[in-house]
Amino acid sequence: MIKLEHIARTFKVGDELVHGLDDVCLDIKDGEYISIMGPSGSGKSTLLNVLGLLDKPDQGHYFLDGSNVTELSEQNQANVRREKIGFVFQTFHLVPRLTAAENIALPLTLAGVPHEERDQRVQDVLKSLSLTNRGHHRPDQLSGGQRQRVAIARAVITNPVVMLADEPTGNLDHASGIEVINILEDLNKNGITLLLVTHDIELGERAHRIIHMMDGKVYS
Amino acid sequence: MHIDDTLQFAFHAMRGYRTRTYLMLLAMAIGVASVVLLTSLGEGARIYVSQQFSSLGTHILIVLPGRAETTGGMPPIMGETPRDLTLDDVAAIQRSRHVKQLAPIVLGAAPVSYQQLEREVMVMGSTASLYSVRQMSLSSGQFLPEQEITRASSVCVLGYTLKKELFGSTSPLGKWVRVSEYRCRVIGVTADEGVSLGMDLGEVLIMPAASAQSLFNVNSVFRILVEADSQEEMALAKQDVIDIIRERHDGEDDITVLSQDALLSTFDRILTALTYSLGGIAAISLLVAGIMIMNVMLVAVAQRTAEIGLLKALGSPRRQIIMLFLTESACLSIIGAMLGLLFGLSGNWVLQQYFPDFPFQAPDWALWAAVCIALSTGLLFGMLPARHAANLDAVTALSGR
Repeated sequence: MIKLEHIARTFKVGDELVHGLDDVCLDIKDGEYISIMGPSGSGKSTLLNVLGLLDKPDQGHYFLDGSNVTELSEQNQANVRREKIGFVFQTFHLVPRLTAAENIALPLTLAGVPHEERDQRVQDVLKSLSLTNRGHHRPDQLSGGQRQRVAIARAVITNPVVMLADEPTGNLDHASGIEVINILEDLNKNGITLLLVTHDIELGERAHRIIHMMDGKVYS
Repeated sequence: MHIDDTLQFAFHAMRGYRTRTYLMLLAMAIGVASVVLLTSLGEGARIYVSQQFSSLGTHILIVLPGRAETTGGMPPIMGETPRDLTLDDVAAIQRSRHVKQLAPIVLGAAPVSYQQLEREVMVMGSTASLYSVRQMSLSSGQFLPEQEITRASSVCVLGYTLKKELFGSTSPLGKWVRVSEYRCRVIGVTADEGVSLGMDLGEVLIMPAASAQSLFNVNSVFRILVEADSQEEMALAKQDVIDIIRERHDGEDDITVLSQDALLSTFDRILTALTYSLGGIAAISLLVAGIMIMNVMLVAVAQRTAEIGLLKALGSPRRQIIMLFLTESACLSIIGAMLGLLFGLSGNWVLQQYFPDFPFQAPDWALWAAVCIALSTGLLFGMLPARHAANLDAVTALSGR
């Protein structure tokens, strides 16, 4: 499903070259639940960004569903992101001027899905995440946990195959964090491949497979 | 992405940052409004001048004695004093079949008195046809009677202002006024028309040409106004006038024939150029508005970096992000331009109330040009911020760095 071959990504910080990713090889099967752990600056987020096609590796190949996505054009990479990948961020990244429902519908709106179908799918997702009566609220009228649930709803509305979550509980209290993790795990049980970056050892150990990172290298 | 969704996204963004939106709308509106107002001034001046000319009637030739050109090097031995135009010349010209009608004008100043009131006014001697050639109108009574050009009679028509000065609110019809040492009976009063081509017809006394000649003791005519049937006839009429006078003046071309269209078209060219240059000056303010849009959109991109990163993560290609931001600046320009048209046209309306004589009228091309320039500056100056947004690095944008 996901195959990374000798991926390298270096950044220039001042005069120094920093290895964000250093010869990373990784095989991830359909439906896996993986947590990526490691100290700050170990390359966890860079790995997630490369997997999410937000960042381009300097070397190596990345196969997603059998096709080499490193070679794709900008437009086609955008299509892959839209169709196959869902993102959940630590800071939610909801558009403040849009309602929860509009935020959730945003990927469909950008993709040009017709109104009726969009509304139907948003209603379904709101229901499955028990947000039905929050659809007309703006992000600033929602609690942290609710905001993250809206963000998850936005990530799943396109029915992606991979869910990339970068510290999804980082800005939440413990109870909301557990709630959010439960939702993500439920999605995983329904077949989605889940990659979770976290600092929290307790959360990390709930995953079926743990990847440790250190200085851009992967130790699984 | 559907066009209505793109528009809705732009409107959401415009509503989300109100101060920014209002400022940009204001800048654009001021630009467009100044184009409308300034071109209205220029166009108004043009229309005003043509109206002044057309108050003289259309297809008019003005015949004046003397020739406005230099001839010969050697001074002629017998002298070449231009012959005066006379009422006989007028009668001769009238026989041309290209001339529809004509009116001689004899001009002079004389004191006009009624009882104790006396006033020094311009006395204009002419014929009945002056009424239609000059497109005059009367407030009461009748105009000069139709009669032989060379016949004098003791009647006169008073200008509106003159009548008010001498008679107040009583009717002057049938009363006798004294003009210098002559007496004549008032048979009509002109309508209150205001100033036309620098001559206030309200301040004159009009009497038959022959009477005016004997009043001023001259037998010449100051001007002849000749009206032709149509534009095409004017050239023929002009040639006819020249031929007739040459024949009557022993083969000398000693008159000048002006067509008012020639004068008018000169003014028209000057004033059209003026309108264009005023429009051009105003267009600079549109350019300034465009640069303002660019600035504010760049700030908007900076404010919304995280949002742009998100759009990229959600699968927006570069093209779509450019489209979204361009739509926003286009919407701002269009709405701003519409507001500007509204401001400009209502400004015109207000000015029109204060200066009813001057036609404030924005030319159609200026309205179109203003809106088109507004839209294109919006798009042009919106392009840079939009590309800037599309080129943002998704990872950096999302991390908010």
